[in-house]
Amino acid sequence: MKQFLVISSSAPYGTAHAREATDLALATALFDQKVALLFQGDGVFQLQANQNPAAIEQKNLSAMQQALPLYDVEDLFYCTDSLQERGVDPDTLALSAKPLSRNEIASLIRQQDHIFHV
Amino acid sequence: MKYTLIIQSAPIDHQSSYTALRFARALLKAGHSIERLFFYGAGVHNATSHSVAPQDESNLPEQWQQFVTQHSLDSVVCIAAAVRRGVINSAESRRYGKGGDNLADGFDLSGLGQLVASAVESDRVVTFGAGA
Repeated sequence: MKQFLVISSSAPYGTAHAREATDLALATALFDQKVALLFQGDGVFQLQANQNPAAIEQKNLSAMQQALPLYDVEDLFYCTDSLQERGVDPDTLALSAKPLSRNEIASLIRQQDHIFHV
Repeated sequence: MKYTLIIQSAPIDHQSSYTALRFARALLKAGHSIERLFFYGAGVHNATSHSVAPQDESNLPEQWQQFVTQHSLDSVVCIAAAVRRGVINSAESRRYGKGGDNLADGFDLSGLGQLVASAVESDRVVTFGAGA
């Protein structure tokens, strides 16, 4: 068993990257590997509660992410600086994720066997 | 060392899928091996057999296909990403009642498990064309 980290740096809508990162995290867990998920840059917007993508005829990514813990993807992290830079209130997040400083992210990355940057 | 490469960007639109091909060539030249090429997201368009380039431009999908065939590389195209984008083989074409198929020879449609399995066997995984 290897330790994987999926890094997601894209906003939930506008490109397919966020959905594909979620799919890959789920698949990695499904194939019996250890997997963590890090939201950084615009990826932190994926954590926001009360998304209404129906207004742009898209599926709700937030709903799909609720499945992550059910598939044993429990190590969810976000970059504190990215959240602050974008003015997102950490108390309004829909997904329970752990805040990490840039230094902590560096050490998280060093602990991995492989990184999937989607 | 054994490598898995993930190619996530379409030819033409982004440089990174060409960079991935050049990196893959350099790996083999340096004596490394490629466990698997995995085409994900918009990267599936690199596996189309129907790309046409102007005479004075290179045809990246054709170059990928030559490279994959020449070195008999294991090349998997994510099936979920591919069928959504209209990159299909004859089996999927029949399944969905489409009028043709366009997956190039040398490429297989399969699931994300093929990426995970390849990464498990590899010393290095390198991603091209990540989102930002």
